[in-house]
Amino acid sequence: MTRPASQKTALPGVSLATLAARQVARITGFDLPPERRARLLEMGLTTGAEVELIRFAPLGDPIEIEVRGYRLSLRKREARGIRVACL
Amino acid sequence: MNVAHQVERFRHNGHSHSHAQAHHSTGPGKGHRHVAIAGNPNCGKSTLFNLLTGLRQKVGNYPGVTVERKVGRFYGLHGEPMVLFDLPGSYSLQVRSPDEAVSRDVLLGREAGTPQPDLVIAVVDASNLERNLYLVAQLLDLNLPMVVVLNMFDMAERSGIRLDVAALEEELGVPVIPVVATEGRGIIELKTAISKATLTPPLKRPPMPEAIDAEVRTLAQTLPLSPNQAFSEALLLLTLHDRALEDLAAHRATVVAGVTAAQNRLKAEGMDPLCVLVEARYEWINRICQRAVVKPSRGGSPSLTDRLDRVLIHRVWGWVFFIGAMTLMFLSIFTLAQIPMDWIDSGVHALASWLGGHLPESHVRSLLVDGIIPGVGGVLIFLPQIMILYFFLGLLEDSGYMARAAFLMDRVMSIVGLHGKSFIPLLSSFACAIPGVMAARTVENRNDRIATILVAPLMSCSARIPVYTLMISVLLPRTAPLTKAAMMLALYGLGVVAAFSLAFVLKRTFLKSDASMLLLELPPYRKPSLRNVGVCMKERAGLFVTRAGTVILALSVLLWALVSFPKPADPSVSRGEAMAQSFAGQMGRGIEPIIKPLGYDWKIGVGLISSFAAREVFVGTMGIVYNVEGDEKAGDDATKGGTLRDTMSAETRPDGTPVFTPLVCLGLMVFYVLAMQCIGTLAVVRRETNSWRWPLIQIALLSTLAWVGAFAVYQGGRLLGFH
Repeated sequence: MTRPASQKTALPGVSLATLAARQVARITGFDLPPERRARLLEMGLTTGAEVELIRFAPLGDPIEIEVRGYRLSLRKREARGIRVACL
Repeated sequence: MNVAHQVERFRHNGHSHSHAQAHHSTGPGKGHRHVAIAGNPNCGKSTLFNLLTGLRQKVGNYPGVTVERKVGRFYGLHGEPMVLFDLPGSYSLQVRSPDEAVSRDVLLGREAGTPQPDLVIAVVDASNLERNLYLVAQLLDLNLPMVVVLNMFDMAERSGIRLDVAALEEELGVPVIPVVATEGRGIIELKTAISKATLTPPLKRPPMPEAIDAEVRTLAQTLPLSPNQAFSEALLLLTLHDRALEDLAAHRATVVAGVTAAQNRLKAEGMDPLCVLVEARYEWINRICQRAVVKPSRGGSPSLTDRLDRVLIHRVWGWVFFIGAMTLMFLSIFTLAQIPMDWIDSGVHALASWLGGHLPESHVRSLLVDGIIPGVGGVLIFLPQIMILYFFLGLLEDSGYMARAAFLMDRVMSIVGLHGKSFIPLLSSFACAIPGVMAARTVENRNDRIATILVAPLMSCSARIPVYTLMISVLLPRTAPLTKAAMMLALYGLGVVAAFSLAFVLKRTFLKSDASMLLLELPPYRKPSLRNVGVCMKERAGLFVTRAGTVILALSVLLWALVSFPKPADPSVSRGEAMAQSFAGQMGRGIEPIIKPLGYDWKIGVGLISSFAAREVFVGTMGIVYNVEGDEKAGDDATKGGTLRDTMSAETRPDGTPVFTPLVCLGLMVFYVLAMQCIGTLAVVRRETNSWRWPLIQIALLSTLAWVGAFAVYQGGRLLGFH
């Protein structure tokens, strides 16, 4: 469940930040330090959860996503560490 | 503000009632039931609190921190009084902000002066059940008697969500009550549940992975607490991350050693305790929701929030609306507020002159007329602006737009290393830095929050306007209003540039923070509740008066003493001459060596000192130093009919050159943009950061900045051949 940083390239899927607006995907894993990952997990971004990228902010960053029926905004920096598989 | 005292009063005044006897944690006769409202931000917790308590609420602070402590009294189904705590909104008991820490501490019974609640009302947003249930899972693990409120039930139904309340109740093992707090629906049912004679802990606990459960139990045995508390504490300890544990290690080394050992055992089995636990909780939530919640299928007609967001966060219209809303807010602050401000101003003047005319000449009269009354007036004069500011902020917050403003502005703020949430505090500081500093609470990251607080006074507040206006008219006496407006705008611009530059530097030096991460919920738009907005305005105005007002008043009285004493030997001298001989005059002379390189004389020095009560006092002080306002005393012959502006323009040094040269005026304006001459802000920063360290650093930093700025303008200008 906790992957060492050296294995990050082995993580499946693409990063959440690469999705297009209105694209739906499923979270497959994380490439973030434990503390940040824990915060995202607590907000409902668990492995297996469905996320939809709603939009990018007018200036390109942050992004708005829908997860577990609510809207959350996070920066691309964190989104890059969330691996997803497109649905 | 002593809320503990308030609670004591609640306890003793009420007649005793039989329920208290049955009550599990407060002994017989000890008093009323303590009920805590907990829940995520944006779940309508405060609306419910306001509804239950009406205006029987009191806002104070938890000791040692600046988190607001909202306590209210309300009555159960049979009229039995209870004490209700509105805990700060939190997403998790695994805390990330001082607000969340207070919620956790109260719930765990750790908070000094606040008893562990006898009952927890867990408020959840019925349309956003999954994430809201995460906190509920943690609350259930506390094993305290609990009621779950499905708030905004109507909105969930309207959006097509079907909730099986009975199934939820069965799964959660606690009463679940659908409520529409904005309309008061479901309140009787809630009161019935709260007023039950015997409160029982939840029938179930969310499942926990076995390995974790075993470690928690072992750890709990080492803690010197009641079994229930020990379990909750052990659970939280086990899921703490390294950094939080390091902080704790200083005073509870043996406990921390036990926690680290347990964590290492779990990690050896490939389990990060918190991650495993969170995933187990969400699996439990998934199961409950599959049974009890039917969601509308995707692809229905877009919701109101979707439709609004298409405009309000649009790349063009989003900015148009944003700038429009901010402009409207500030136009209202500066124009609407002017009417009550004029009333207050003339009221204060009328009272002062009436008293001046009716009291015999004495120190007491002088203290009242020249010290206390203008001091009180100086505090009250800001209230209309602050109320209007909070009216708009409350409206924006309650409707859900505030999060969108932060979403829009985040990229801009990130350039200087802050994030979107710092935008509102800085914006509020255009009205007054005090509400701005208080608004910085919403910034979770400590270093970001302190950086925001430190730069907030650089945003030109409304107290600077009279100073800017005076100095612009001295500098440019006969120019078109448009040029003057441009000058004013330039001064505001300078403040903004300085604030952002300073934040940029601070965030790269003393206040580096790697952990700053934006996780911002964008709640659905809602019709703002005027009741909530009204409560917010009342509360904030009260905080302004108690936290800043008292200090401003005290300093006003001190300034009065500095200006009035020692009395000149010859009572017939002018007020200006009297001030020259007073302590204030002596202080002005005392700081002359420091301000001389800026081109200022001691009279300006007196003005600078007096600005600390509030900057606009500068104008009044200049009036006294230069003997304008000649109507108050006979003998002010030379300046009769002359305005302050003309007198200042005509003022010369001993060598005959004018004092207020363009460079001096310009330098003085730059000084006022940059300097932190405000005792009220200083006091509030001290309260908000809970130490003298930051306010002292701040005043040193901003004073240096102001001095260097004014020096650069004056000396630089002279080098370039201006005068």
